[in-house]
Amino acid sequence: MASEIGLALATGILGGGVYALMAAGLTLVFGVLDIINVAQGILVVLGAYLSYVLSVHLHIDLLVGLLITVPAMFVIGVVIYWLFIRPLRGAERTSMTLLACFAVALIIEGILYREFGSNYVSLNAWYTTASLHVIDFYLPDIYLIGFGLAIATVIALYLILYQTKFGRAVRATMQNQTAARLVGIDTNRVAALTFGIGTGVTAVGGMVYGAISGGFTPNSGYDLISRLLAIVILAGMGSIGGAMAAAVFMTTVEAFVDIWQPDWSVVVFYLAMVIVLTVRPQGLFGRSAARAQ
Amino acid sequence: MAPNRARFIALGTAAGMVTLLVAACGSSSPSSPSSSAPIVIGTSLSLSGDFSADGQAYDRGYKLWASDVNKAGGILGRKVKLIIKNDNSDPTTADTNYTDLITVDHVNLLFGPFSSLLTAPTAEVAHRYGFAFIEGAGGAPIVFDEKLPNVFDVSLPVANELDPFTAWIKSLPASQRPTTAAYPMANDPFATPQVELAQSQLQPLGIKTVYSKIFPEETPDYLPNADLVAAAKPQLVVLGSTDVPTVASFMHGFEAQHFLPKAFIAAAGPDQGAAFTSAVGVANANGMMVPDAWYPGYDNAASKKMVAEYVAEYGGTASDVNSDVAEAYSVGQITAEAVDHLKTTDGAKIVAYLHSGVTLSSVQGPVQFNSLGENVKAIAFIFQWQNGKFVQVLPANAAGSVKILYPKPAWSS
Repeated sequence: MASEIGLALATGILGGGVYALMAAGLTLVFGVLDIINVAQGILVVLGAYLSYVLSVHLHIDLLVGLLITVPAMFVIGVVIYWLFIRPLRGAERTSMTLLACFAVALIIEGILYREFGSNYVSLNAWYTTASLHVIDFYLPDIYLIGFGLAIATVIALYLILYQTKFGRAVRATMQNQTAARLVGIDTNRVAALTFGIGTGVTAVGGMVYGAISGGFTPNSGYDLISRLLAIVILAGMGSIGGAMAAAVFMTTVEAFVDIWQPDWSVVVFYLAMVIVLTVRPQGLFGRSAARAQ
Repeated sequence: MAPNRARFIALGTAAGMVTLLVAACGSSSPSSPSSSAPIVIGTSLSLSGDFSADGQAYDRGYKLWASDVNKAGGILGRKVKLIIKNDNSDPTTADTNYTDLITVDHVNLLFGPFSSLLTAPTAEVAHRYGFAFIEGAGGAPIVFDEKLPNVFDVSLPVANELDPFTAWIKSLPASQRPTTAAYPMANDPFATPQVELAQSQLQPLGIKTVYSKIFPEETPDYLPNADLVAAAKPQLVVLGSTDVPTVASFMHGFEAQHFLPKAFIAAAGPDQGAAFTSAVGVANANGMMVPDAWYPGYDNAASKKMVAEYVAEYGGTASDVNSDVAEAYSVGQITAEAVDHLKTTDGAKIVAYLHSGVTLSSVQGPVQFNSLGENVKAIAFIFQWQNGKFVQVLPANAAGSVKILYPKPAWSS
């Protein structure tokens, strides 16, 4: 039993890192743009497919391939913003962006079905089945890599947000878009770049997801989006570090439930979210006051 | 008098509407062919969603059958036309699709959807409108528990799929028999019944159960479940899987934990040909077993012809043809044989005929239905990956079986 608990703790924490990677873009985009990007699930899958193409057709290692997929996804994110999000204005903007993101998800899913069909594909590399021996169990390398990438991503996003001029513009836009515009910040540019960064980061999550999932199809995004939204809501919408902590909390709870009653793990996953939000409606790391925009 | 008159008019209108409704329902029930118009067959398939890989294989199987039938002149001299609606793997949508097929498209016949999860509710729709519901993927107990007279599953009943495997374990000398077993199962009507039955057969042999749990079917990551099974160190793993990712995750998890069971059989996944081997690697697939009633090398003339046609139409090799295609094709064959024999598409007559004990033939072999609509002639086989080839291994004395690879070879990567 001790080894099972140790294993659950380890996989819970490391698995949380993987989910944080997938949720980072979602929380960043919400924090800056007030957009609940329901296309995040399919963007993760798109990232996985890009890694698949590079790995299978061009024989580029999954990790090395990130040097290509992250910029590619950044560009895709900027294009999505300019084509689908930017034209939406007015009081109905929030609900309209929700619909626009859903449309984007359907379009991407349709393209993926057309290009790759409905058969499962998977990402393989030597580290997808290798592991590190710790006490009396093994930690899968891909989980360790995913956790490491999650930490690196959170640090990178913090550096961008707090150590650069662009980051100051992002935070100003986050706090008050009108005031940011008055002091000369091109909020449209900031928004487009933020959406691009959020989507680019998702490429990393997509690669790790593709490597741990055992196989994915264009439809796999639906299983992901509800979990990612739950993590981001629990964290407090817009909190990147909070998303990491919330993801670790949720997956650890799930891993412990798996020991005794795995068919309850999904229920407990969402139950934990409901309980936390009942006590703290703004989420674990969210601010109590709504952002003024 | 005015209120009475108004009431009379209202009653008259209502009666008229009821008459029209009854007439409309009457016109949507299956009827005998009376012209040279095509016989229209409707079905709902999971062309997207969780079952899309299987749904698309079914789509190909149905279309391949329809193409073959039309090349041969059709049924009763009439061409066959398929109407296939997408249910997105959702039972409610499938329900609506079949209602539309019957009441809006006025189809003559119905073919079943993919998976027991969708067959159970949609069979009721077909029954309500008097259609025979011939299907190939609704073999789970939840379908037959409904005791609907119009359901006919041309494939092997799910619950008994692992019988040859448990019989083989029983036949092993005690020294070679596994002493411990794990039964991780996806929460799915296809996966759980067969694994639970296998567990109930293996436990009395003295094989100790060290893990038996049901995990959610829709989860993005099965590695934590695989880790817990590996921690229990069973010598035998009977996995209630529904697809390739589930099996691949367990195999990856076992390998990462440096755990190798003596025998590993999965309810589904290893039967998916290249989709399976590309996910786990050809070398790691070595020794993996899966139950099924059909495989591309099945020694049956109609089956060989179908496989050749499939490869000509869709490319790839014979090993890329999964059993979904054969199941779908069999649905068409059994339907055609019944209609040809009866010279009618009348649902009640088809139901009576299929319940008469008649033995029909399909690419999966002989078909005969019991009172529940189960195919009692279907034979369960166990298949295994051996050095890149998918071969029949059990029953050991069955024609075409080769020697089983036991214990499972080590992971290769």
